Parts: sequence; structure tokens; C-alpha cells
Amino acid sequence: MSNYTDELVDFDTALDRYDPVLGFEVHVELNTKTKMFSDAPNAFGDEPNTNVTPVDLGLPGVLPVVNKTAVEYSILIGLALNCQIAEKCGFARKNYFYPDTPKNFQTSQYDDPIAHDGWLDIELEDGEVFRVEIERAHMEEDAGKLTHMGGAAGRIQGADYSLVDYNRAGVPLVEIVTKPIVGAGKRAPELARAYVAAIREIVKNLGVSDAKMERGNVRCDANVSLMPKDADKFGTRTETKNVNSLRAVEHAVRFEIERHAAVLDSGAKIVQETRHWHEDTRSTTSGRPKSDADDYRYFPEPDLVPIVTTAEWVEELRSRLPEPPAERRKRLKAEWGYADKEFRDVVNAGVLDEIEATVAAGASAAVARKWWMGEIARLAKAADKEIADLGVTPQTIVELNSLIEGKKINDKIARQVLEFVIAGEGTPSEIVEKRGLAVVNDDDALGKAVDEAMAAMPDVVEKIKGGKMQAIGALMGPVMKATRGQADAGRVREIVMEKLGL
Amino acid sequence: MSAISREDVVHLAHLAHIEMSDAELDKMTGELDAIVGAIASVSEVAASDVPATSHPIPLTNVLREDTVGQTLSIEEVLLNAPDSDSDRFKVPAILDGE
Repeated sequence: MSNYTDELVDFDTALDRYDPVLGFEVHVELNTKTKMFSDAPNAFGDEPNTNVTPVDLGLPGVLPVVNKTAVEYSILIGLALNCQIAEKCGFARKNYFYPDTPKNFQTSQYDDPIAHDGWLDIELEDGEVFRVEIERAHMEEDAGKLTHMGGAAGRIQGADYSLVDYNRAGVPLVEIVTKPIVGAGKRAPELARAYVAAIREIVKNLGVSDAKMERGNVRCDANVSLMPKDADKFGTRTETKNVNSLRAVEHAVRFEIERHAAVLDSGAKIVQETRHWHEDTRSTTSGRPKSDADDYRYFPEPDLVPIVTTAEWVEELRSRLPEPPAERRKRLKAEWGYADKEFRDVVNAGVLDEIEATVAAGASAAVARKWWMGEIARLAKAADKEIADLGVTPQTIVELNSLIEGKKINDKIARQVLEFVIAGEGTPSEIVEKRGLAVVNDDDALGKAVDEAMAAMPDVVEKIKGGKMQAIGALMGPVMKATRGQADAGRVREIVMEKLGL
Repeated sequence: MSAISREDVVHLAHLAHIEMSDAELDKMTGELDAIVGAIASVSEVAASDVPATSHPIPLTNVLREDTVGQTLSIEEVLLNAPDSDSDRFKVPAILDGE
């Protein structure tokens, strides 16, 4: 009997009958300058096999030496996840044969991870909070990169041969493992996404990883099992490997819940195995069953002596911890007084830092949001750049705003000035001065322009006299043209009314 | 009773990707059993107050500053490679799909 019918049960129906249990293994690549056990550069995108030493190739007689910064970053991650830091821990060899690992073992940690027994509160979009228990966070090294040649679209199936680049071999990794997460119910896919997002945000905030999922800096293996409602024993789990975007994590968990439910409903059993995620079809396929291949014969790494963490060392590192991202968001939202949706949009646009700096530079929170979420976001999109990469400083916003409030320029001119700032023409004040952009609100100049416009359009003047106030708009064009767009529209309207005695 | 069975050796040889003849398996089963038996005598001597140890020398925290050092040239990296292509190691097709 086949266990894999590819039948799915509708998500809500599945959750009526079963409770999902989740578990995550998230690998975080550290952004140290060098590798975990060698002094080769830890760099992305270099020419193949250029960041390689004899240690990374596992040549005979080499001796690995632990990167102190990588240990400190690992402790920082442990502390940020509210973990206990092991007073003493060591490395172990995880033995397996695969061409991406030239030593034929991965140096990892086995029964004494550097950090253990932590937790992380995960807030979902509507504010509901789930506490995820962290089992452990341990240090290990990344593998090299394989490129499969000759098959279709770089797939391993049907490939003729593979090419190996060891630049990534030995890059420091921290693997964060949760305890089983129960009770998420229908929110399991959302929670999965939010958990990985939170880990990514924390390691980025700590400055210990570049945290770019598209580059594989943060990678997730998602474990899913179902148990019938009111059962007290977990079901058999599957592990979907390398789900490497937030959206994919959410979809993969949802898919596995729907697939498990169909298998269980049919009376069959779930096979404990790895699954491969396919972004194109948003589905998983069978990988390999748990088998002899998982007999890794861990043993203590004889070439690396234990790591001892003194209380002083750990406390010194603890003092370096930045404000946790979730707490910071809560604080900023309260300080700025944004509505829920306004704040969420700001977070999603990734301009929290920019708005905070702009407010610190003297602008109001409302003005800061108006600029960063409005014109600057629009210009960034038009230029196909990240908002942060446009080169707009908080000082620019403060200056533009004081020019507007001082009635030196209007909103429309201010937007032009911003473009000139981005083009590198100088500060807003310099640009207004240099380009003669100050608003014309001196009544002589405006009055003259209005007189000319009214003389040219007697029919419009008649309409206004007849009470059609919106006809004033027709005069605005020639007046703006005469003042090169710098007329204060409100003042023009007042002058027209004065002249007509209205 | 033997600590190591012939099946254990077959399994280990498989995990270690070592091809062994029947004669070698028989010989190795006896030799490994003798080695494991010899090691086991350690636990007869060590009392329960002696913690298991993997590193006999009391040395900890041998750490390196995070400073970039010398890497190999691409020629040196590929010197022992049975085959290479485009500055990368070339290996036969991998079939087990992981």
C-alpha cells in the first residue's frame, strides 16, 4: 500500500480532527571574518575554491583551531534566546560521506551544546503570543556547495556529475533547535513563519549574521506531525528540509498538515522521513527515510579541547545585548502613537531605524512617517532600490520639514528638492537657494501674475463673479507658469477674491 | 559473549564505505571484539566518581582571533583532486538524493 497518495485534506477539516505538533531546526550562518576552525575568509560570492585552507579540505595532519568570535556570537544568540550557557562544552565529529564535506565528518556539538533550555515569545500579527521553547543552540560548520551538472535545471536527479566549491565549507553555523511546539492549532503555519522571522530578526539585530534568507544565511528545517484530538502521544513526524523563505515555511507547514491528515484519514501510517520542498508546486516530495544513514557515530573531536565559559565572560557578553526587537517595537509604537496598521506598514517597509533616527533628529513621528512611507518609498521603488540605500538622511527630512513649516517651500517643491538631494546636489536649504525654488508669496509678483491671467481669460472671470468658485482653478495654470510653479496656491486664491471684491 | 558480532562489522563497514571480503570480516570481528574487551577493562578500574573523559590533558579554550590568514592557491587546492572542472572538484553523480 502506498503511503503517498498526494491526497490532501482541506486545512480547516484537518485541524478539526488533528492537533499539529511543530519543531524547527534553524541554521544561522555567522558573519565572522573567518571560518569556524580555520582562518580562511568567510565571504559570499567569491571565485570558487579561493577561500580554502588545508583545514577546510581536511588534508592529513591539519589542526583546526576554534574562532573565538564565533564562540562569542554563539553565546550571544543563546542569551538572546533566553538560554542557559553551558559552563563547559565540546565539539564532536558527525560522520557521514558526502562530497560537500571533504573531511567525511562535520565538526559539530553533540550532547553538550553551548546553549540550552531557552524560550522565545512569538507575537502573531493580531497580537497573540506563543511561547516557543528552545531545546538547544549549538555550534557547527557549514558544508561546501555542490552544483549538479548535466541533468535538468541543476537538479540532482539525472545529473551526470557534480562540481564542488569548498568556499562555504567550514563557515560557522549555529543550529537552533526547538522543543516540540504544541497548541498552535490552525495558527501553526503562521507561527512557523513568525518564528523563523523572529530568529532572523534577532540574529540580524545582534549583528552576528547577515541574516539574508535568499543567500542561505538563515535556513529552516520544519518538522510536522499530527495527533488526533485528545491524544496524548505525538504522531510520526516528517522533516521538510531547507525551506528557505518565510513564505515557503508557512506554505510547507500548511501542506504537510494537509498531507498528513489525508494519509492518517486513509488509515495508513506516516513514514518518518525527510521531505523536499518545491516552491514551484508548493508541495513536498519524499526524500529519504530515516535509516542507517542517520547512524552518524558521533564521538568527541580529539583535535579540539573543551570550551569553558566563565561567568565573567558570559556577563560581559550579556551586557552587549541590544534591546530585543520585539520590545523595541512595542516601545516605539507607544512613543510614536501610530495606529496598529500604520505601525505594521512601517515595520513591513523596513524603515523603523530611519524613522527612529528622524524623530531623534527633531521631526515629529507623523512627519517622519509621512516622508519615509510616502515620497521616499515611492522614489526607492521607482529606482528599484532599498529605501535605506537611497542616501536620504534624517537631517534631510528635518530640514525639508522646517522649510515647509516656515512657508519657504510648499509640499510640491519639497518633493522636487528631495529628488535633488538624492541626486547629490546638496542639502535642502542649499538646493532651494541655488535653484531659486523659494515659494513666491510676495503679493506684488503674485498680483501681477493674477492680473495677467484674468486679462487673458475674461470668461473665467465672469464665471467666478457669477459664483463658480471652482473656476479659480483655471487661473492657477497661467499663474503657476508665470511663477515657474512656485506660487502659493492658497494665496493666489485669496488675491483673486480680493481683486474681484468677493 | 562477544561484544562485537559479525553483523556489527558488516554494518560498520557499510557506514564507513569500506568493502570487506568474508575472510576480512571474520578476522576483523575477532580483532574488534578483543579491542572492545580491552577497553572495557578500564571501566572495571575507574570508580563511579571518575567522570568520562575524552581529553586527558587539562587544557581548555584554545581559541583563535578572528583574523584572516593565508589561503591556498587554486592550483594547490586542486592538486590532489582526481578530476576538476571550472576551478571546482568534479565528482561522480550523487544518487541518494540528499
